[in-house]
Amino acid sequence: MNWDWSYAFSLIPRILEGLTITLQATVLATVMAAFVGLVFALGKRSQNRVVRWAFYWVVEFIRRTPVLVQMYFVFFVLPRLGVTLPALVSGVLALGLHTSAYMSEVYRAGIESVPKGQWEAARALNIPPLRLWIDIVLPQALPPMIPAAGNYVMMLFKETALLSTITVLDMMGTARVIGNETYRYFEPITLVGLIYLVISLPAAMSIRFMEEKISRNKKMLR
Amino acid sequence: MVLDTKRDFIVFDRVEKRFGELVVLKDLSLSIAKGEKVSLIGPSGSGKTTILRILMTLESIQGGHVYIDGEPLWHMRQNDDLVPANEAHLRKMRKQIGMVFQHFNLFPHMTALENISKPPQLSLGVDKASSEKRARELLDMVGLSDKEASYPSQLSGGQKQRIAIARALAMEPKILLFDEVTSALDPELVEDVLNVLRDIGRSTDTTMLLVTHEMSFAHEFSNRVFFFDEGRVIEEGPPDNIFTTPKEERTQAFLKKIIAAGMRID
Ligand SMILES: Nc1ncnc2c1ncn2[C@@H]1O[C@H](COP(=O)(O)OP(=O)(O)OP(=O)(O)O)[C@@H](O)[C@H]1O
Ligand SMILES: [Mg+2]
Repeated sequence: MNWDWSYAFSLIPRILEGLTITLQATVLATVMAAFVGLVFALGKRSQNRVVRWAFYWVVEFIRRTPVLVQMYFVFFVLPRLGVTLPALVSGVLALGLHTSAYMSEVYRAGIESVPKGQWEAARALNIPPLRLWIDIVLPQALPPMIPAAGNYVMMLFKETALLSTITVLDMMGTARVIGNETYRYFEPITLVGLIYLVISLPAAMSIRFMEEKISRNKKMLR
Repeated sequence: MVLDTKRDFIVFDRVEKRFGELVVLKDLSLSIAKGEKVSLIGPSGSGKTTILRILMTLESIQGGHVYIDGEPLWHMRQNDDLVPANEAHLRKMRKQIGMVFQHFNLFPHMTALENISKPPQLSLGVDKASSEKRARELLDMVGLSDKEASYPSQLSGGQKQRIAIARALAMEPKILLFDEVTSALDPELVEDVLNVLRDIGRSTDTTMLLVTHEMSFAHEFSNRVFFFDEGRVIEEGPPDNIFTTPKEERTQAFLKKIIAAGMRID
């Protein structure tokens, strides 16, 4: 099996088209996870025992089953129940939901890192619940969450390759189609792997950089 | 119980406070008049902080009643009964009370100015311009006008505590609670904070409750001193009486220990 440069170059436009789908899915699922993850985290902190319990089990259920199973469920099973969604939407929903479950733990850690004195000061100043979260708690909880959240986004970026199993023409899906058409998988799959790497590596490095900066800041604040 | 609303601005009526099995306050009754400057002194663990935290609605009570200006704090009137307070009632009552903490608890992501100006915007709906104007006046009062753009991490302990005092004042409470506000400070920074307290004491008729180990300041500042031990008022009276002619043996022993530790009480 030998590498064919001109064949590889000819594939680049199609694969980059797939990359836009991959990036779209990553961004959409990230946005979803940022919101739903917070909702899960707040639900698990509810004053109401039943609500707390319900959120706990929903999150456990999502975390303890493979994301591929969830994706197949949304794409193949929901239509049987009368809910038909485009493939990309189904995939983003499943990926976003799965990441939300993990993000809720990241939120929990972030929220718990806000010292008790901050909550008490806010209570003494009679700050109403919504403002408490928006103006006092989240601004302090979010920065230390950045490294962990960033790692989940990067995992998500790679997991979008699963979209190819439900007919989405993301980067991986495109490579598979090309392979099926030409019986040559070597070039497309290698290219796709390289592109994942070229994007992931600098992202991972900048997350590590931020992590160090945050821990240095924290020491300074002490 | 019949309240004389002038003399009984703050009332503890047979209050009980428990942490699980541990009874911290038992049948505690006391009353404080409007505008009084009261110091709470006593050994560690005697329940002084707990009393302030109950007033700030940071700790609930398990028995008895607390009244502020004739209104129950931890209860609401319903027909002729008192039922446990809901959050709306607590919010309403809390408006009248402010607290300064031992460890400042400033908001680290806000500048000194924002620490003072934001809370009135968030909880009272005061507009930005007038809350910032007021915040600058208060910064001036605590002698920190030049620090308005500094973040708490850039301030000394004494400066942080003065900002925290200004933050409490910005809410215009009728009652101010101070829990050992100088005990986390380096000795040379204590006097700046005490000067601010003197200023407030002189210039306002705010009712002030002060938990302190600074006996000479308590002596000079307050019009009444409560000595606590094991969650009870052992003795109370004007500072001259408590500090120079204490009647109770436990008060005498406590003060003797303080003097032996090299602190002044006059
Ligand atoms: N959250 C809590 N849980 C359990 N016990 C508590 C709690 N807070 C206070 N206590 C206990 O209640 C008692 C009174 O505490 P409090 O803090 O009111 O004392 P204090 O008079 O302020 O003492 P100090 O001078 O050391 O500040 C102590 O025995 C303390 O251990
Ligand atoms: Mg205390």
